[in-house]
Amino acid sequence: MPDNHAIAHGTDDAAHAEHPPYLRHHFNSAAQQADATNFAMWLFLLTEVMFFGGLFTAYLIYRNWYYPAFVAGSHQLNVVWGTTNTVVLILSSFTMAMGVWCAETRRRRGLVLCLSLTFLFGLVFLGIKTVEYREKIEMHHVPGFHYSLQSFLDPESNSEVYNEYHDKPLAPDMAVHTELYFSLYFLMTGMHALHMIIGIGILGFMIWRARAGAYTSGHVTFVENFGLYWHFVDIIWIYLFALLYLISRHQ
Amino acid sequence: MMSEANEHAHTIVGPKVYIAILFALLVGTALTVWASFVDLGPWNPVIALAIATSKALLVVLFFMGVKYSSKMTKLTVFSGIFMFLVLISMTLTDYISRAWGSW
Repeated sequence: MPDNHAIAHGTDDAAHAEHPPYLRHHFNSAAQQADATNFAMWLFLLTEVMFFGGLFTAYLIYRNWYYPAFVAGSHQLNVVWGTTNTVVLILSSFTMAMGVWCAETRRRRGLVLCLSLTFLFGLVFLGIKTVEYREKIEMHHVPGFHYSLQSFLDPESNSEVYNEYHDKPLAPDMAVHTELYFSLYFLMTGMHALHMIIGIGILGFMIWRARAGAYTSGHVTFVENFGLYWHFVDIIWIYLFALLYLISRHQ
Repeated sequence: MMSEANEHAHTIVGPKVYIAILFALLVGTALTVWASFVDLGPWNPVIALAIATSKALLVVLFFMGVKYSSKMTKLTVFSGIFMFLVLISMTLTDYISRAWGSW
């Protein structure tokens, strides 16, 4: 500890006896430290809002522009998988919120259980996303050299989708823009999935630390702020689900 | 500024609230999927986005605890979302008015 700090607080021993070990010396109190950290986490989340906001705006404008292509592209998504994933993610947000409560009320076993369930729901979400992506690969709906317009020039060739929506064939110059729909689909769901993967990684670390009792002795900031991140990722999915899967079903 | 006046007692939100919110979010999901099966013409996107926003609001207020947090956090969240809406509406205004009068 630097000398000037020791002078400001009297002796070293006295300075440390007054506050919990996790309180940094540049804060007056644990509450002030928690407030400042919470504020910083929100600032980070606002940059994330702007980042995803740019993608949402691009989607909004291109959907207006190439409306028939975006409607036809949207019909290729499976609403059952989308709904299942929405429920899975809401459940994971719930278990995360319960985890924060367990940390605050110092329930170590409860916290480990909640974090593990959140971890598990996260993996289930990614698993379902993999099933969906695989279907897109098989249908040649991944933008690039192997992209195929067949589902849009000849909708009846894809009987499963055709029986549900009875889409009319798109003109070739409109059908090419379905590739733009899928570019945005993979960009948005892919960035969302990347956030999930990062979150699951941090959850693994937290479960390991929580087992040792790291978050159930009064210092819950890390669990709380990770909770904010996880809920934010949930909110992004709530909008992705509405915009990508639901709004074009009757158009 | 650096005194206790700037700090707040940390509210612990209990399982009852979280279970109620979980239930509301699941109902909202069921509702929005059901609404997507009904042909409402131009109202389909409006309703889907309204339900999504209500769900997001529940998550922000309760799961993320903004309802129980300090005024500074509330102001931060509000100004951030407000700024985002300003950026979106200015982008769309530009987009809509770009060809104004030239059709």
